[in-house]
Amino acid sequence: MSAGPQTLLDKLWHAHEVLRRKDGTSLLWVDRHLLHEGSHHAFAKLAARGLPVAAPEQSFAVVDHYAPTRNRDEGGVTPEIRSMIARLKENAARHKIRLFDLMDPDQGIVHVIGPEQGLTLPGLTINCGDSHTSTHGAFGALAFGIGATEVAHVLSTQTIWQARPKTLRLRFDGALGPGVGAKDMALAWIAQFGADAARGHAIEYTGAAVRGLTMEGRMTLCNLSIEGGAKLGLIAPDETTFAYLKDRPYAPQGTSWDRACADWAALPSDAEAAFDREESLDCAQIAPVVTWGTRPDQAIPVTGTLPRGEGSEVNSTLTYMGLEAGRPIAGVPVDQVFIGSCTNGRIEDLRAAAAVLAGRAARVPGQVSPGSARVKAQAEEEGLDRIFTAAGLDWTGAGCAMCVGMNGDLVAPGARCASTTNRNFKGRQGPGARTHLMSPAMVAAAAVTGEITDVRPLLAGRAVA
Amino acid sequence: MSARGWQKHLGLAVGLPMAGIDTDQLIPARFMATPRDQGYGGFLLHDLRYDGAGAAVPNFVLNRPESAGASILVAGRNFGCGSSREAAVYALIDYGIRVVVAPSFGDIFAANAVNNGLCPAQVCEKTSASMLDALAEAPRRVTVDLEACEIVGPACRVPFRLDPVWRQKLIEGWDDIDLTRAYAADITAFRDRDARARPWAAVRPPGGHG
Ligand code: SF4
Repeated sequence: MSAGPQTLLDKLWHAHEVLRRKDGTSLLWVDRHLLHEGSHHAFAKLAARGLPVAAPEQSFAVVDHYAPTRNRDEGGVTPEIRSMIARLKENAARHKIRLFDLMDPDQGIVHVIGPEQGLTLPGLTINCGDSHTSTHGAFGALAFGIGATEVAHVLSTQTIWQARPKTLRLRFDGALGPGVGAKDMALAWIAQFGADAARGHAIEYTGAAVRGLTMEGRMTLCNLSIEGGAKLGLIAPDETTFAYLKDRPYAPQGTSWDRACADWAALPSDAEAAFDREESLDCAQIAPVVTWGTRPDQAIPVTGTLPRGEGSEVNSTLTYMGLEAGRPIAGVPVDQVFIGSCTNGRIEDLRAAAAVLAGRAARVPGQVSPGSARVKAQAEEEGLDRIFTAAGLDWTGAGCAMCVGMNGDLVAPGARCASTTNRNFKGRQGPGARTHLMSPAMVAAAAVTGEITDVRPLLAGRAVA
Repeated sequence: MSARGWQKHLGLAVGLPMAGIDTDQLIPARFMATPRDQGYGGFLLHDLRYDGAGAAVPNFVLNRPESAGASILVAGRNFGCGSSREAAVYALIDYGIRVVVAPSFGDIFAANAVNNGLCPAQVCEKTSASMLDALAEAPRRVTVDLEACEIVGPACRVPFRLDPVWRQKLIEGWDDIDLTRAYAADITAFRDRDARARPWAAVRPPGGHG
């Protein structure tokens, strides 16, 4: 490795490179491997070859995608779902992997509990058979999603083959306006550059607005890296990162913690380090963002108007979404709302939604699913659950829930859902579902007014979390 | 299990003139609890192929009689974006698809494809558009040549791009697990070195010390 200035990615890569083949592909050591019900294909591959798990203490499994959010003691809403959960349990038990089961007080969405438990740390490599593994990059960890064949590879070797991605530095200048947050930053850059703009790249998010984000906000930003096509997202660790992690269950303790912090402080990109690409956005220009289409880059400010049919693709998307070209997006009536997911299911997200909903009634039904059992407990301690239920929303258990509908929490065909999730793909929340992605505060505003609404006037005179 | 290697594939190419076909469309989430040995071919693009009542959508390209036996899919940019579900590749493979031709692919999808013997052949936007135009009239038989990185038909010869490592892997039908096990000594050496360099990176179970 050259002695010149290095990026955060360079440092992470170097620290994990077991070897590099002549063709340039690196074999990387994997520090933490996260599993969920979808890992059954990978376990089946191991079983077919009679291979053991190389380092079971470095793998962690959690029930999230199929987790029922109601009547949890039934273990799943259909026999098929119950068997998916049972299969994960069997595989975890067989290979002596720690499982965060449905009733575990530490259960939750894999990308919420990793950081919450202190399994996610700066300077680690983290893999999971899930594209939103990019979330963990918020801590300065090299974290990316992989497919089932690769999951089997990590299980059996604790390593992964990877070509080093190119680097993209994405700088957020200036300050965010009130009522505008990390979700809006993410949707704004994806809308501006495109859903495949960052393909093959590791994005490092920098700038004053990024430094100013809490860890929750940073996770939201890194979570959505994949929706802009990036391989992974990164944010340099700093005091905010350390303060979040200190005394988490799996975080280093005592002298090990001090040593870790010293090592982590050396991770940020060197001042002169060169990136393959540089882009920037002005935060003062970012308004709350709403998606109108079926790709995450089909997004506009809530003050904007729907595009006119430039080409059949826009027209057919508008038809699917039941929208009229050229009309303002604000005022479009919604049928329901969803607050949750690995993008926006953390305590701060629930506080932001509750700040809008407090003392108000929702005009449409909706579900609030905290990202983890711990988030649920904390929200209940803060009384947020009572704000949601008083407004008329359902307060449910933790899991992926209506983000992907695998557990049975589905949006009906043709129904329009204002959602804090990450994908507005056709059919993502259920066949024929119409999804509008937006921030938790914006979803709360949609609940209160029954339509897509600029949240900012609703925040007047309120303390915003 | 590793995919068997291949060098040339002669097959029927069909066009799907849509951009951003994400993996949720390639296989809707509700089918993903199915064990692989039951076959995933019927799930491929399910909600585009079938209407809400389960009837085949007559005009959808894969439902046309002349598309029967298609093994090469030509599509718009950012094919396979979104969820990392390898089941999207299983659906393509089990349906009989061996090659997807597009101007760009989701990164994880492309890696998953290669791990299962499916070739993600990248062509420029112009080539993709002209292929889609030609296929709009009728599916055509073409040969995909991995060695030459070319798609050859009666009236066309177009180059495609494919990472050289992936190309080799498709041709040889490499299995990464076997390959990696040959490096076991390097991995052990790294592990020992790393334990000293980054002591804090070891998993410390809650309540433990140090
Ligand atoms: S919450 Fe949604 S995006 Fe996140 S891991 Fe679960 S299904 Fe995937």
